[in-house]
Amino acid sequence: MNDKTGKIKIKKKSQAGDIWRRFLKNKTAVLGLVIFSIIMLTAIFADLIIPYDKGITQNILERLQGPSAAHWFGTDNFGRDIFTRVVHGSRNSLLVGIGAVAIGITVGGLLGSVAGFYGGKIDSVIGRIMDTIMSIPLMLLVLSLVTALGNSLINVLLAMMIANIPQYVRIVRAAILSVVGQDYIEAARACGTSDFAIIVKHVIPNAVGPIIVQATMAVGTMILNAAGISFLGMGIQPPTPEWGSMLNEGKQFMTMYPYIVVFPGIAIGLTALALNLMGDGLRDALDPKLKD
Amino acid sequence: MSKYIIRRLLILIPTLLAVIFIVYFIMDLTPGDPGTLILGEQATQEEIDAKNEELGYNDPFLVRYVSYVGDLLHGDMGESWQSGRSVMGEILSRLPVTVTLAVGAILLGTVVGILVGILSAVKQYSFLDFSATAIAMALASFPGFWIGMMLILLFSLYLGWLPSFGAGSFKHYILPWVTTACPFMASQLRMTRTSMLEVIRMDYIRTARAKGQTESKIILRHALRNALLPVVTILGINFGALLGGTVTIETVFTLPGVGTLIIEAIRSKDVPVVTGATVMLASFVAVLMLVVDVLYAYIDPRIKSRYMKK
Repeated sequence: MNDKTGKIKIKKKSQAGDIWRRFLKNKTAVLGLVIFSIIMLTAIFADLIIPYDKGITQNILERLQGPSAAHWFGTDNFGRDIFTRVVHGSRNSLLVGIGAVAIGITVGGLLGSVAGFYGGKIDSVIGRIMDTIMSIPLMLLVLSLVTALGNSLINVLLAMMIANIPQYVRIVRAAILSVVGQDYIEAARACGTSDFAIIVKHVIPNAVGPIIVQATMAVGTMILNAAGISFLGMGIQPPTPEWGSMLNEGKQFMTMYPYIVVFPGIAIGLTALALNLMGDGLRDALDPKLKD
Repeated sequence: MSKYIIRRLLILIPTLLAVIFIVYFIMDLTPGDPGTLILGEQATQEEIDAKNEELGYNDPFLVRYVSYVGDLLHGDMGESWQSGRSVMGEILSRLPVTVTLAVGAILLGTVVGILVGILSAVKQYSFLDFSATAIAMALASFPGFWIGMMLILLFSLYLGWLPSFGAGSFKHYILPWVTTACPFMASQLRMTRTSMLEVIRMDYIRTARAKGQTESKIILRHALRNALLPVVTILGINFGALLGGTVTIETVFTLPGVGTLIIEAIRSKDVPVVTGATVMLASFVAVLMLVVDVLYAYIDPRIKSRYMKK
């Protein structure tokens, strides 16, 4: 990845290369990566694939048509092209998913590693605050936050980030705890290594695997949650295309026109599936001891 | 240990106070006022103002918060702004549905998840392992409410075997249980498998094998117990998420549970109902987290000794 010369870099490069090679050997993980890349590219180049108008303009004459050559995924109750709406909807879902996790894991990870490593008072203070937030059921917290902040993409993202920090703290703390109890940490302490060096050299490399894996999959979970919020009619509002709100709108027509709810659901599921496959592959690639 | 539990229960009180504060504060930010909500659009501004004054809505935020907590201590959650009925009554009438849904789904998910997870780990890379992991992966990836919709289309609409809405009988719960258990079963399976795989490679498992222990004893006594810590974490997190998260499933199957009550209340800014129901669910979750932490100590003696020292 990094071609800057220098002896120290060489070792790093080969390690990343090792992980990458192990990742590529895993067929399902590569499949996940391919699916996810396609979805990412779809989101980025949505306007080139199909114009946004077709998914927004209402056309009553063409309402509730089944899948055909003209409308690959059919049309909804307003005669809008479902394929267009699915393609353009990817933008909102991905943005919310990736954004919420990126910010959440930074904040949560920091708190979690401090809590896990030091234990004692710091641990209980952080734990207490997180327990408080966590004892409010996630969906309710997000829903009330969205109601308070207003229905918009940024607010859904913010609400989900706030509501999810405790989960990251817990995950990171658990990962760190499982490492801190190990003998080699004890040994490093006995050698007089500083806390900082122990955290950076011994704790993080040994605890990072599960955290990266969880983060990859958390993006999928976030996308699912965001879809759930829109499904309840609380998130991003129509006519803006969003997978969850498409399911919400289509709900009342699903008994007669099942295709309305089939395609957006598959889009959500495929995205989350791709992320899960990647997460799994990463886990195996990062942890060679699991591979014989 | 009991000292620890009592201390944790005492800490629950400030935690709940903080939860009420957060929820009350968030709801306070949302636009709208109770006078308009209770009297409707036709009421004059004077009437609305008078109603707001009567409910103490014009008092400062902290005054309202303190008086709410005071009432709560007397077991009074106030009346719904929307229906005028007591909040406690509203919640209690809806609670059985949500609890039935959550507990059933948890049981189904945990039992199936852990069992298949162990099998998958023991027979790694077998056909069973492959198909179980693949199915779990798909179940965890597709949104529960969508799976629910597809199940309705299949079992209610085309096959006509099961009802698609309402909460009358056991039959009504089958689809919601399966739907709710899906992601949960999947995460439980994955976690059990991952964690078993890690443990199975440990030296003490090799030692147990070397001394001629039977395979089933190795798996159940040595491996499973050491692999349970992350599994219990997932159980706790999931159950907590489930209590509030049944809201989408309740919507799909039109089940009259606490979830649908809260979502209706959030939509109409029915603050007493939202706060009351959230506090109720939050207390459940808080107690649950305590149970998880206590379970940790039972499963991992190293953690127990950490508590004991203090």
